[in-house]
Amino acid sequence: MPHRTFSLFILPSLLAMLLFVALPIGSVIYQSLFIEHEQIMVEVENCGPFGCTTERRVDAEAMAQLRAEEPAGRWNGLGTYFNAGHLAFERIGQIWDRTETWGQFLDQAMNLPFYKALGFTLAYTFIVTPFVIILGFCIALGVNALPNLAKGPVIFFSLLPMIVTPLIGSLVLFWMIDSRGIIGATLQTIFGDPTLSLKASPTLTWVTLFVYGVWHSAPFAFVVFYAGLQGVPKDTMESAMVDGASRREQVRFVVIPYLMPLVVFIALMQLMDNFRVFEPIVGFSAEANATSLSYLIYSDLRGQDTPLFASAAATSVLTTLGVIVLLTPVLIRTWRDFNRKA
Amino acid sequence: MTKTLLATTSLAALFGLAGAASAQCTIEGEGSVRILANDFQALHAVVSRATECASDSVEVTTNETTEHKDIQVAALSTDPAAYTVAVVANGSLVPLLNEGLTRPLDDLVAQYGQNLQESQLIRINGEIMAIAFMANSQMLHYRADLLEENGIAVPTTYEELLEASAALREAGVMETPLYASFLPGWDLGEEFINMYMGSGQPFFEDGSAQVAINNEAGIAALEMMKAMTEYMGPDMMTYNSNEAQPYWENEEVAFMTGWGSRTAAFIDENGAVPEIAAATEVVAMPSWGGNGIPATTLWWDGFAMAKNISEEDAAASFQAMMYALSPELVADPEVAGLAAWLVNGYEPQPAAEGVIANMQAGAAPYPMTPYMGLLHTALGDNLAEFLQGQESAEEALEDVEAAYTTAATEAGFIQ
Repeated sequence: MPHRTFSLFILPSLLAMLLFVALPIGSVIYQSLFIEHEQIMVEVENCGPFGCTTERRVDAEAMAQLRAEEPAGRWNGLGTYFNAGHLAFERIGQIWDRTETWGQFLDQAMNLPFYKALGFTLAYTFIVTPFVIILGFCIALGVNALPNLAKGPVIFFSLLPMIVTPLIGSLVLFWMIDSRGIIGATLQTIFGDPTLSLKASPTLTWVTLFVYGVWHSAPFAFVVFYAGLQGVPKDTMESAMVDGASRREQVRFVVIPYLMPLVVFIALMQLMDNFRVFEPIVGFSAEANATSLSYLIYSDLRGQDTPLFASAAATSVLTTLGVIVLLTPVLIRTWRDFNRKA
Repeated sequence: MTKTLLATTSLAALFGLAGAASAQCTIEGEGSVRILANDFQALHAVVSRATECASDSVEVTTNETTEHKDIQVAALSTDPAAYTVAVVANGSLVPLLNEGLTRPLDDLVAQYGQNLQESQLIRINGEIMAIAFMANSQMLHYRADLLEENGIAVPTTYEELLEASAALREAGVMETPLYASFLPGWDLGEEFINMYMGSGQPFFEDGSAQVAINNEAGIAALEMMKAMTEYMGPDMMTYNSNEAQPYWENEEVAFMTGWGSRTAAFIDENGAVPEIAAATEVVAMPSWGGNGIPATTLWWDGFAMAKNISEEDAAASFQAMMYALSPELVADPEVAGLAAWLVNGYEPQPAAEGVIANMQAGAAPYPMTPYMGLLHTALGDNLAEFLQGQESAEEALEDVEAAYTTAATEAGFIQ
């Protein structure tokens, strides 16, 4: 293809990428470098139904003028990235100085908001992703072996978890695991422990979220694998059978190698999806025990009266960096495969 | 200050009958009334009355949503503002004042505010910036029947509340008799603020935005909350004020710290379980540590008006709100029972007793300081681990201090 044709061919998508991906990212990076102007405060007398008090108040007019002069806010450089709400180098230093063992150090460092969120996000990503792939593969194999008549309904029901809106799905489960809900109460009876609460214990909350994540995403892996299974070459399969391969060996030596590119694809999608886990945390009211990077951004923007844009922007940039780091190995692998084939 | 309120409410009762004569909403001139409000029963009663003012020349639109706090600043920043009236509380007025988005109401009060009482006017440096119409605070709800059967006195301090809970547990009446809204976020932050208010200590260092809760009073307040968890159900970290009612109606709890604005639903004898409603009573919030101050904050709900609107819209909106808040509002016994109204013509009802008792016992209003919201968020986000026993009180307060200082620095309050 001549270069000119090629350029014209991808121009629309390049433009869209620039408008909807590059520009917003650039704007977020820019915002993360500024913080709010110093507030100009005045003392005012404040009277109401409960009497009068003297309180400090923001001088709105003076602030409006400041903002008109410098709309972006006060230059803070990388300050927001290093403050206690994000990478917290200073607090890590303090914790390092006052702790004696690695255990204590990690324990206290992992209590810092950013690292706590990062910890859960990574755990969620690396536990849910492999389970989704394995479970999705097993369902696909199972469904593929069913008689044709049963396939339709089974496929429909297997897809349900993905059709249900994540927030609704998590709310439904949330009520079921309540200590008076069907799952919560059953577990209490089985373990004979009336204080057992899936919502209170941090470990059990994590497990609940992981299980929910697998439940919700497995259908995606299933659909992809099921489609892939339809294309497994019949002659290879037949020769394997002729050679006396058992069903397990057929799966191991024919099906899995054939589906490998799909595994890479699902891993890629799931790594991205799971790294930005958010809805289940809100749905399960799990903020006490599990926060993710996306949740941090949400709480910076919605947690208080005035949104903390710089904080949210800095977390967004760090999340983007995280996604890049996570995807790099998978992308390198794909690139190598591509080169080998070419 | 309590005297003024009591005096005005009883005076209001006298004049109430006289005011009930005019029935129709008539607005001079034309204009558009656009109301943004929180979504609960008492506010709905006010807002729905304001909609009666719609006519050929006056258009009335309303948006009642629990998300009002998150949209109000953006909605009032546009010119003309998306809403003419913002129904606010003492906490949610602050962001509007910070941005200078509300207009002084002195001229409108002089012209149309004959029914208002002095205690309703929120004056900031002498200018009327908002009109309050109801008071709210948390109060102690209790099951009078259970206390009587077991010979337990109504607790007036948190120490007694814990003893009473222990007594109920020992008597085999209830395993987890306490309910308090410990859901991390706004609810949990509010619980700590209430508890800390009971110590009478300030939240901030004088004349600065530096937080001052990392002290003995802060630790004692946290320890008291921890002691409460002993008598709360296993799912307590998901308890919030919206979900209290099923627990109450299911006879799983006997004591609850709950909002006055929700009390009506708990004592409603036409509700789902009339016998429990009949046995439900409210008193002032308990004090603790021998300070004698009810551990709660006082709130008012009222309305402010947008700065970026035309004079016609402002006049029409103010008149509509005045019609909504006329004595006829509280002449309806059902509406009167919904809240502790500050409106002319109101006679205190059971739902208001707790609020008035709190005021009389010396509870203080929720601070209207601009950085209070940041501290509230920091508290809501950082206390759960302590309550679940994964952290010490000192560590929890240190986390709160760090989170608050970071946010306040970014917002420009601390240098």
